Amino acid sequence: MRERYLIPAFVAILAVVPLLPVVPEFWITLLNYIGLAAIVVLGIVLLTGIGGLVSFGQAAFVGIGAYTTAYLTTAYGMSPWLTLPIGLAVTGVCAWIIGAITLRLSGHFLPLSTLAWGISIYFVFGNINALGRHDGLTGIPVVEFFGLELMSGRRYFYLIWFFVLLAVLATKNLLDSRPGRAIRALKGGGVMAESCGVATERFRILIFVYAAVLAGLSGWLYAHLQRAVNPTPFGIGPGIEYLFMAVIGGAGHVWGALLGAGIFTVVEDVLQDVLPALLGRSGHFEIIVFGVIMVLLLQYARDGLWPLILQAVNHAGARRQVPAAPPLPARAKPQAEESVLAVRRARKEFGGLVAVNDVSFEMRAGEILGLIGPNGAGKSTIFNVITGLLEANGGEILFRGERLNGLPPREIARRGVGRTFQHVRLLPAMTVLENVAIGAHLRARSGAVAAMLRLERRQEAQLLAEAAKQLERVGLGAYLHEQAGNLALGQQRILEIARALCVDPVLLLLDEPAAGLRYKEKQALAAVLKQLRDEGVSILLVEHDMDFVMGLTDRLVVLDFGTKLAEGQPREIQTNPAVLEAYLGGVA
Amino acid sequence: MDTTIAAILLQDGITNGAIYALLALALVLIFAVTRVIFVPQGEFVSYGALTVAAMQYGVMPGTVWLLLGAGVLTALLELKRAFGAGELRRAPRILALYVGYPIGLWLLLRSLPLGELPMALQIALMLALIVPLGPMIYRLAFQPLAEASVLVLLIVAIAVHFALQGLGLLFFGPEGSRTQAFTDLLFDVGVLSISGQSLFVVGATALLIVALYLFFERTLYGKALRATAINRVGARLVGVSIPLSGTLTFTLAALIGALSGALIGPITTIYYDSGFLIGLKGFVAAIIGGLVSYPIAAAGAILVGVMEAFAAFWTSEFKEVIVFTLIIPVLLWRSLTSQHVEEEEE
Repeated sequence: MRERYLIPAFVAILAVVPLLPVVPEFWITLLNYIGLAAIVVLGIVLLTGIGGLVSFGQAAFVGIGAYTTAYLTTAYGMSPWLTLPIGLAVTGVCAWIIGAITLRLSGHFLPLSTLAWGISIYFVFGNINALGRHDGLTGIPVVEFFGLELMSGRRYFYLIWFFVLLAVLATKNLLDSRPGRAIRALKGGGVMAESCGVATERFRILIFVYAAVLAGLSGWLYAHLQRAVNPTPFGIGPGIEYLFMAVIGGAGHVWGALLGAGIFTVVEDVLQDVLPALLGRSGHFEIIVFGVIMVLLLQYARDGLWPLILQAVNHAGARRQVPAAPPLPARAKPQAEESVLAVRRARKEFGGLVAVNDVSFEMRAGEILGLIGPNGAGKSTIFNVITGLLEANGGEILFRGERLNGLPPREIARRGVGRTFQHVRLLPAMTVLENVAIGAHLRARSGAVAAMLRLERRQEAQLLAEAAKQLERVGLGAYLHEQAGNLALGQQRILEIARALCVDPVLLLLDEPAAGLRYKEKQALAAVLKQLRDEGVSILLVEHDMDFVMGLTDRLVVLDFGTKLAEGQPREIQTNPAVLEAYLGGVA
Repeated sequence: MDTTIAAILLQDGITNGAIYALLALALVLIFAVTRVIFVPQGEFVSYGALTVAAMQYGVMPGTVWLLLGAGVLTALLELKRAFGAGELRRAPRILALYVGYPIGLWLLLRSLPLGELPMALQIALMLALIVPLGPMIYRLAFQPLAEASVLVLLIVAIAVHFALQGLGLLFFGPEGSRTQAFTDLLFDVGVLSISGQSLFVVGATALLIVALYLFFERTLYGKALRATAINRVGARLVGVSIPLSGTLTFTLAALIGALSGALIGPITTIYYDSGFLIGLKGFVAAIIGGLVSYPIAAAGAILVGVMEAFAAFWTSEFKEVIVFTLIIPVLLWRSLTSQHVEEEEE
């Protein structure tokens, strides 16, 4: 089952269903509600399943969209086609304001805050006189389409599902693009993405606003379908239900949104009939069943039902060729002998522990400098101070004469500093190629809207070609479409080097690149690094494999307990008594 | 507004705040030990209050069926585990604990004239009914997911809240209930008259907090929980079992919640869905304490209660909006004071 057959088949079925007289009116109504929910849930898939931001408050945004059009069409007689963009804009601005305040919150505070504002907005709807308080607004006009009144459910069906398909396509396109990769890195790859130059908080706001605008769209459709609004469907309960739909369908998958919305809506409808009859009294008892289903689902099939379907039909991801494309512009490399990095009396303390104690050293263009020392010497801490993950307590970091202190990691990446991590940081579910393309994030400008409309395909091809080129260079050319998580650990480290090379670095910081490599692989890696040096790239290297270090580096800096012990050429270091003392505990 | 009204509002606020403080403590405790953001904490409150109310009407509270159902499911899980581990000799104990106990309690409740019992006994029976639900919920919903991320656990917590709220509707119906007052005493202090009920609530809260403090400082189990909260892996390595600490925590949380229900029952009319909002106010307080600090959470709870009382006086429709919007500046302040690039789990 390939996706390119799925969409046309889906469209064909949708186009025919309302025309068939055998399809009962009631089914059409149900399908309409599935469509309305699916639009909201698509936003949650992007926001929660892919971006990792949990929101229980999406129903409030549906409400903002619905009330905006309800108020403007009834109080001012505006055309629904005019209130559509207004409603989306109002929803988007509200989301932007809420997002700007709350999205900086760490993991679990964020979903709690969505409960809070979700409830607040619901009570606001219910207590404003102009919005009819708890009775809401009625007499909302019918949508007209070139003189055709979309009055019946069968006609309105087309309007709803047109927007559903539009939202599906826009979301899929967005995910498969430069901003899409940044979005997919938000969950579990924040530090890595920042180090590649991704402004993660901008993308968090972006998906939050996107999800809210989809919710607002659903609200507009809802208002003109029902032709009346009241606060009930916009409370926190429905907000939670939208999240449940996403989890049921598969929060990480675009089609999971439709599946989840469909299953939930149908089951809810059945339960609302069956349960009160069974229990002999009326009430929304279906929430008991949904609560239990959700607990079981999260215990036994946490990724929802869509992945199970994919598994059942033995779905293999599409393997596209990487198209040829003109190379991305590269920055001019520094002149030979130019000072690239100067670390001056850098200091980093954690509480009482001095991890880096007034360390100074300097690097010139086209030099490989090894940073060695026993475990706990402060090597990785220095890396993190240079790349902005940690802020130095004292001293100065100069990169090509410019002070880096206080700059965030992404600004340091922008200046041409690429790095790898001691503990590999990559996105295991994404392909090797996509992981590496994140490194080239700053070398293109294409934004989310262009991506949704597929207007950035030239640039996208360039980015992927660059990623493929760097992967070939480090010897992973055969694995472009493999899931990154399937690579051996040594290969994952090499992948990180390719990603760092995509930054187009002047300075490359490699944290134990040879760990987990076999002898031949180490030799190949050394050859690549030497070639980079000859091209004018400076490389700062932390490594424990002494043969590798001694054969490759031009100079060494030795650290012990955060203090610089020695500096010099590999030969000198090998005979330095202080170094031998630190490594061997006394000269034998 | 004059001083008298202000004093009455303050008294109301502190009384409610005391209950929010208890809930906030339970929430902080559960989060620290099990990483579960336990949204259904409020359901223990409504179940507690409504179970007492049902007894006072002389009706068998429906929660006894929930206890029996949850008990049977728990027993099945435990039997399966015991069978797998070849420890079938534990079967009688499991059955007695999870099935025998609920049946025994049901028989006891059936034989008693529930409506005529003294209130203390009604509350004791209610606790015997509600508190075991805590560890059972942990066993059924959370223990199989002990290693899941905070966000997965949060969604499970929301799901449990859904199920419990629906069951609440089934057991207690849509009508609200209020339980009888503990005392009709009124103390006149100057212009102010302090109700005995308020004193009772604040006093009971203070007593519970002291008891919890002693539990955590003086007992081995309390120290084990604290150790788990500080370092889960470390606690495990020295022999604190995760299921045990989870069970213990949920038992405590259910006890705190059910007692809060008994305390709030005579003050406010409680509906099957009141627990959610009450619990969320506990959350606002817990969040003020960053979900880690007990004293700040307790102070935050008093603040929430007082704000709510004054908001209700000035603009009653927007009471909830004001209370829940309070969380935003708090969160903002929290996020401004902790600035670092964060690596999410998973």
